[in-house]
Amino acid sequence: MKSFTYERPDSPEAAVKAYQRARGARYIAGGTNLLDLMKLEIERPAHLIDVNRIGLKKIEETDEGGLRIGALVTNTALAGDERVRRDYGVLTRAIVAGATGQLRNKATTGGNLLQQTRCPYFYDTNMPCNRREAGSGCAALEGHSRMLAVVGTTDACIAQNPSDMNVAMRVLDAEVEVLGPKGARSIPIEAFHLLPDEEPPVKEFALRPGELITAVTLPPPVGGKHVYRKVRDRASYAFAVVSVAAILQEDGTGRVALGGVAPKPWRRPEADAALPKGSKAVADVLFADARPTDDNAFKLPLAERAIAAVLADAQR
Amino acid sequence: MPTNLTFDVSRRELLIGSASAALIAGLGGWSADAAPPQRDGSVRLTVNGEERTLELDNRTSLLDALREHMHLTGTKKGCDHGQCGACTVMVNGERINSCLTLAVMHDGDEVTTIEGLGTPDDPHAMQAAFVKHDGYQCGYCTPGQICSAVAMLDEIEAGMPSHVTPDLTARPQASEAEIKERMSGNICRCAAYPNILAAITEVEGARA
Repeated sequence: MKSFTYERPDSPEAAVKAYQRARGARYIAGGTNLLDLMKLEIERPAHLIDVNRIGLKKIEETDEGGLRIGALVTNTALAGDERVRRDYGVLTRAIVAGATGQLRNKATTGGNLLQQTRCPYFYDTNMPCNRREAGSGCAALEGHSRMLAVVGTTDACIAQNPSDMNVAMRVLDAEVEVLGPKGARSIPIEAFHLLPDEEPPVKEFALRPGELITAVTLPPPVGGKHVYRKVRDRASYAFAVVSVAAILQEDGTGRVALGGVAPKPWRRPEADAALPKGSKAVADVLFADARPTDDNAFKLPLAERAIAAVLADAQR
Repeated sequence: MPTNLTFDVSRRELLIGSASAALIAGLGGWSADAAPPQRDGSVRLTVNGEERTLELDNRTSLLDALREHMHLTGTKKGCDHGQCGACTVMVNGERINSCLTLAVMHDGDEVTTIEGLGTPDDPHAMQAAFVKHDGYQCGYCTPGQICSAVAMLDEIEAGMPSHVTPDLTARPQASEAEIKERMSGNICRCAAYPNILAAITEVEGARA
């Protein structure tokens, strides 16, 4: 790990000021992803701003009847919150489908939004990777791509977003609140994670330099049956090959998003509209522009069958 | 990672040798108009009930602070990337991977390691149950398994749901399926899992 300086501000404003003062700074919250990347020297911050003591650990009800989740609420606390379990079950289900008890106790809501891809070539610093080093190429295109994205990719990058939580946030239409050197703003979840351009660099998040996630807001509950179905290589503690987050109403309408198939949580309004027509219609819309590799083309029928299973479960 | 002791010495010599703020700024990525923070710092921890103050390189993980600086070698380093669970300890009562957190981030925190749970003469119920049920073979993952199991039962008691909890609005039960799922962050390469499960189940039964 490269050497770094460290400070621990006591408010979000102080954290942003600290960022502006330092060069090469990164915020650190749970650290379960960032420290892993620092050990591998994929991340080499010169300065760490520890945001664990700036507050933002509450889940509050909003005036609109939704929930405002502080960025530093842990994944354990968020999944276990009584209101989330009752009204946003897809979020609890998604969070507990990911990682382990130990990791969820440290991982935060803001940090999970920023979780890095698990593409093996991103982690192997001997291999080209446009996401890690713009312009070096993408080793995954001709490499082992079984776990990687099948849609929303370009020849610059075919890495997948590995988060379970993000897929649920997408289906819930969450808003990400940030504070930066130029003030506060709110980013809809669909605009928060970015798709790669045709040419590197690969920009992953809509955050501007120095912006700190302060909260995630959920709109009022929409009712319905909440499902998160994750297909993975082991029964526990494995990233999704494919996952489905869905909220299904009794009349057959609903919302659906996929995980494990794209560089961001994958949802299309036309796919939601196709839900009453069944899994094939939904998958056809979601994968209209799919460009899988030979290694991961199996994800297309797998995802369709996972959607079919979710729809069948909902009718029981 | 270089050993912290070696680095600490060379770092201090470097700082002593450089009175120039510009040089320090160049080292730290810190603009010249602000006081430079340090690459090492003082951390106050309460470990197994005992208050300790350590001077550490910022890079020191909580795991390395426990093992290399406090010589509490019960906590084990397996993968050092949060994948195996051998380094599991409790911080303020919650189980975490001590390899994936920096010691400097835990100033003022209370840490419980396997050494703090019990002793050979007066073992914790979970330690005694692991012995009784032979919940190990080589023993390397055992301290992490035991710390994880103790905190895991508290999580069930607090009503935290898991991936296998059937009804999110009901209290979870400490079933075999629940215990297996909740212990999936602790790998045992000897595969002593059936006996680990038996040990945890016995302790859970005695608590209930």
